[in-house]
Amino acid sequence: MFKYYGKYVPYLFLLPAAVILIIFFFIPFFQTVYLSFFDYSSSIYNPVAIGFDNYIKLLQSPVFYKVMWNTFLYLFIAVPILAIFPLFIAILINQKIRGVTLYKILIYLPVIVSIVVAAIAFKWLYADQGILNYLVTKSGFAPIGWLTSPKWALLSVVIVTIWKGIGYYMIIYLAALMSVPQELYEACDIDGASFLRKHLTVTIPHIMPTIALVTTISAISAMKVFAEIYVMTKGGPLNSSKTIVYYIYERAFENLDLGFASAMAVVLLIIVMIFSFINIFCFERKKYDL
Amino acid sequence: MKKIFEIMQNKIKIDKIATHSILIFVSLLSIFPFIWLISTSLKGSGENIFAYPPTIMPQDFTWANYTGVWNKVDFIGYFVNSMIVAGGTVILNLILSAMAGYPLARMEFKGKKVAFFSVLATIMIPFQAIMLPVYLITLKLHLVDSVNNIAGFIGLIMPFAVSAFGIFLMRQAFLGIPREMEEAAIVDGCNVWQLFWKVLLPMVKPSLAVLAIFTFIGSWGEFLWPSIVLTKESMYTLPVGVNNLQGMFSSNWRFIAAGSILSTIPILIFFLCMQRYFISGENDGAIKG
Repeated sequence: MFKYYGKYVPYLFLLPAAVILIIFFFIPFFQTVYLSFFDYSSSIYNPVAIGFDNYIKLLQSPVFYKVMWNTFLYLFIAVPILAIFPLFIAILINQKIRGVTLYKILIYLPVIVSIVVAAIAFKWLYADQGILNYLVTKSGFAPIGWLTSPKWALLSVVIVTIWKGIGYYMIIYLAALMSVPQELYEACDIDGASFLRKHLTVTIPHIMPTIALVTTISAISAMKVFAEIYVMTKGGPLNSSKTIVYYIYERAFENLDLGFASAMAVVLLIIVMIFSFINIFCFERKKYDL
Repeated sequence: MKKIFEIMQNKIKIDKIATHSILIFVSLLSIFPFIWLISTSLKGSGENIFAYPPTIMPQDFTWANYTGVWNKVDFIGYFVNSMIVAGGTVILNLILSAMAGYPLARMEFKGKKVAFFSVLATIMIPFQAIMLPVYLITLKLHLVDSVNNIAGFIGLIMPFAVSAFGIFLMRQAFLGIPREMEEAAIVDGCNVWQLFWKVLLPMVKPSLAVLAIFTFIGSWGEFLWPSIVLTKESMYTLPVGVNNLQGMFSSNWRFIAAGSILSTIPILIFFLCMQRYFISGENDGAIKG
């Protein structure tokens, strides 16, 4: 093929995107690391270079451990459920039955709706004298402080994340299920294999890469959770539902402790970059032609 | 033989009933929080919204909560702001992603590998981790609503004006075009610019549509960034405005519910019109990043 474009043409085409990515991704990336070595807590106008002191402060702060614990607890509750339950739903929907489109629309609806509205809707379900506590007291238990008790707050927020994610991962699984050869299912049916056996021996092995993909992307989005917490609990009570991103937000924009917040952000960067790296180089190679 | 056939048919019937029961149950779980919100929003002041046992059908039916919240909150304003931000974000994403995707798919140049991996690297950088410097830079560029409204809108849009997802999607689309198209166009006397806009872009319309729809949804629902940069209520987008209802009507759940439902109507219509893009499974993995 002859080269029909001038020497600088490729760069001109890349330029606008490059400007945006440099200003709003790469510079902030390095600036986050840079800021984490400064102390802003005494004066926001005269930061003092303090080396690794913010990281030391972080490691000495009990809130840091609480926040890390909460975030990973979030991840360990949400990820297994989001990796398995949507697959189960997808298998059920992926049959020759009526109403498939309607089911898909209804189950996908939470994905589309603003997270703020979803969080408000759940806040209402979780109200002290709300409908959920009606069911709880009706079953003979004491009412639960869904969002007001340190024991329950995090779990109550995780439920919103799970509820909002099911439809999204279901669609990913449905796409993967289309690629499973139908002959294998027919062979199972002739052998009289049970529902469970059929899917354990045929479906699961075939879509293992997709299960791995869903695991990593749901783990990455669990690390980034913010809006649910902001709308429902503000991290409380007693930090019981405070996660990494909320903590960064609070430190940076409410306490104006930019250096400390940046150190926390670097921790988040490292964790998410490890997850993303695994995701891209193990499960999404084809998507990016690597 | 006939008996075996009958047993098998019965088994299939039971399986189908079980499948439908589970799917109906999950569907109900998916929409119940909204139904309960709608129910509350339609209950008048004569009805205790905390009544046990709770009733789904309003006993004291009224539209008053909707008119009440509509009169106190500038939903049209929030809607217009959201449209400006989402519209601007979509247009910029389409142009910038297509422009960047084209040379990455079709041209040979020094530094191509570097460009490719730089874009890939941005996928690994979560916005939440770099939001503080992004905010400081936006302030420094005077792209905030305290300067003026236009600057405020630009500040809301710019950090999301292009994404790695979009660039890779468009690159993939350009890779699928036969090279003969370019040759023929050049032989016919097109220059690169005309080739790109008049010949190649029309051929990648399906990918542009996918990119537009998913960028729109993402931008429409964005909450973190606007809640950081916005200072003026008249600039609020819908998610920020809806969150603000909680403060405005502290414990008036009838109004909060009505406002939340009102704010959801536009995106619901959009989703129902475009549903095949979302649920067909062809564009999986497009929203979250």
